[in-house]
Amino acid sequence: MKALTILKYQWKDLLRGKWIVGYGLIYLLIADAMIRFGNAGPKAMLSISNIMLLLIPLVGMIYGALYLYQSREFTELLLAQPIDRPSLFWGLFGGLAIPLALAFALGTAIPMIYTGMIVTANLQSILLILMLGIALTLLFTGLGFWFGLKFFEDRVKGLGFALVSWLFLAVLYDGLILLAVFAFGDYPIEKPMLALALANPIDLARITVLLEFDISALMGYTGAVFNRFFGSMLGISVALSCLMLWLGIPLWRSQRQFEKKDF
Amino acid sequence: MKLITKIPLILVGLLLIAPLSYAAQITVSKDGEITSIQQGIDQAQPGDTVLVKEGRYVEYDIRINKRITLLGEGEAIIDGDNQGFVVVVEADSTVIKDIEVHNSKAGFMDDYAGIEVDGAHNVRIEGVRLVDNFFGIYLAKSQGTVLKNNHITASRQRETNSGNGIHLWYTKDVEILDNYVAGHRDGLYFEFVEGAFIAGNESENNIRYGIHFMYSDNCRYERNTFRDNGGGVAVMYTSNVEIVDNHFADNWGSSAYGMLLKEINRSQVTGNTFTNNSVGLYMEASSRNNVEGNQFNQNGWAVQLMANSTDNEFHKNNFVANSFEVSTNSRMNYSNNFDKNYWSQYEGYDLNRDGVGDVPHRPVRLFSILVEKQPQSLLLLRSLLVDLLDAAEKFMPVLTPETLLDSKPQMEPVL
Repeated sequence: MKALTILKYQWKDLLRGKWIVGYGLIYLLIADAMIRFGNAGPKAMLSISNIMLLLIPLVGMIYGALYLYQSREFTELLLAQPIDRPSLFWGLFGGLAIPLALAFALGTAIPMIYTGMIVTANLQSILLILMLGIALTLLFTGLGFWFGLKFFEDRVKGLGFALVSWLFLAVLYDGLILLAVFAFGDYPIEKPMLALALANPIDLARITVLLEFDISALMGYTGAVFNRFFGSMLGISVALSCLMLWLGIPLWRSQRQFEKKDF
Repeated sequence: MKLITKIPLILVGLLLIAPLSYAAQITVSKDGEITSIQQGIDQAQPGDTVLVKEGRYVEYDIRINKRITLLGEGEAIIDGDNQGFVVVVEADSTVIKDIEVHNSKAGFMDDYAGIEVDGAHNVRIEGVRLVDNFFGIYLAKSQGTVLKNNHITASRQRETNSGNGIHLWYTKDVEILDNYVAGHRDGLYFEFVEGAFIAGNESENNIRYGIHFMYSDNCRYERNTFRDNGGGVAVMYTSNVEIVDNHFADNWGSSAYGMLLKEINRSQVTGNTFTNNSVGLYMEASSRNNVEGNQFNQNGWAVQLMANSTDNEFHKNNFVANSFEVSTNSRMNYSNNFDKNYWSQYEGYDLNRDGVGDVPHRPVRLFSILVEKQPQSLLLLRSLLVDLLDAAEKFMPVLTPETLLDSKPQMEPVL
């Protein structure tokens, strides 16, 4: 319950800061524009999901770290109170991650509602995008927290790590996969490739989007491994459980760190 | 002339016409005098109607060797009991209507069929329900035959023990209208057919192709639906086909095509929709075709245009939300012309607001070439890295065909 109280204060603080509203407005504008230009069809959904895959990890990680630095005094003040550390941690995390997730969800959902897209488009796709966005927000805010706590004294290092790891996960990682494909293309590398892709949360989210929107292209691939993976519930369930792992591990690590930390 | 003098003439006239217009009806029923259909046919005179009452008649190799009408009433089922052909039509102008034909034999030596028309012309098969036959309706060397409103299904699982739903071989001027075919090897199969008209049919869930079409010039097929067939639709070695307003959907697989065109020349592909196929339209060694006013939605590859295809015109098509818009297997493009299409992946602008994009659109992405070389890289679709590579390639084409572009991309969908 203490975590909830902290969470409430955090929300007030965030809303006073106004920037969270701005973050939501960005999604609102993008979604509105995409739906207008994409004729409310699957094209709009694809563009929204592309933006989501790009923006959420970046904002989540940077702001996760930044927020810890900003609210250092607040945290230290609360630590002086009779509050156990796990409650404080979850309060801080929830106080940031949940409003971020809501800003995304509302920002994307509202244009879909007032343009009527929610009725005309495939509801399953809409829900998938919203859920994926929320999961990604929680995941990357968690990662940001982890970096923030690890380099609590050295802000530049923490932020730098967040930025570089975003660049790595979003771009360089896929470059490495592409290199591996062209270097070892003659060997049966589908399984290692899938494993590699599942090891990166951005790729994981991207593959889930592919499963929803590009299944007809994926089924065009000749290899049985991909077909079995993508053509069944197996693909979705493996992707989801990997996503859960990615959500759990950074949070668990950062909670441990938060508990042991000498502030 | 007075009316009174006309009356005898009219009477005489009527007497003369009567034997011609009057056709006897022979009734076959389970509890009547005639219990076998073959017996009924044997007793009929040319022009008679053989009416089959409700019931299941286990009979095979029924031969119709004179011009009769075979008519079913209620649920009249002819069951071939997996013994041979069920009905064989050998007489011109035979009509088969409203009857059910089940369970022909399956075999490798003969093309057993529910209804076989061999060398008979102007046959009409209408409202017939064919269930679990090896071949459904088999037309050989027939002219002017009409197949209408038939419902043809089979549930055999393998290509080897399944025949085609509607099979045409050496036929001329046949009309195939509003039939439904599912679960056969090929839904419709055409070989050496001239001038067929195929409209309003639905062919789905067949093991191989929805329609398999070879050496059949001057045919027209329109308003048909081909859905979820193993290999989609294949049209090959033919000139002058008109493919209009058809619907190709949900054909998934590594060799599944909405429609595959191989060595097709001077043909029209207009007004069709290609939705949710692994490959919408595949063209190989096809020349001088006109692809216009089609809708390509959410296909893996909207168009795969092999470099041995030349002089094809792609006008005013819509390409919406496909994973790949056009892919090809070479840097060369031999006079295939894309013009005034709408591409949802177009990223240009329209400053003078005339509805035409100011910069040309290059529908062949670099990534589609990477996938062509290393199919595994498909997993990187929609990655930021791939988008960056594509963007770089668009500025300066190095690997993609330089002349394959739409110089007048539309800003709004054209249909």
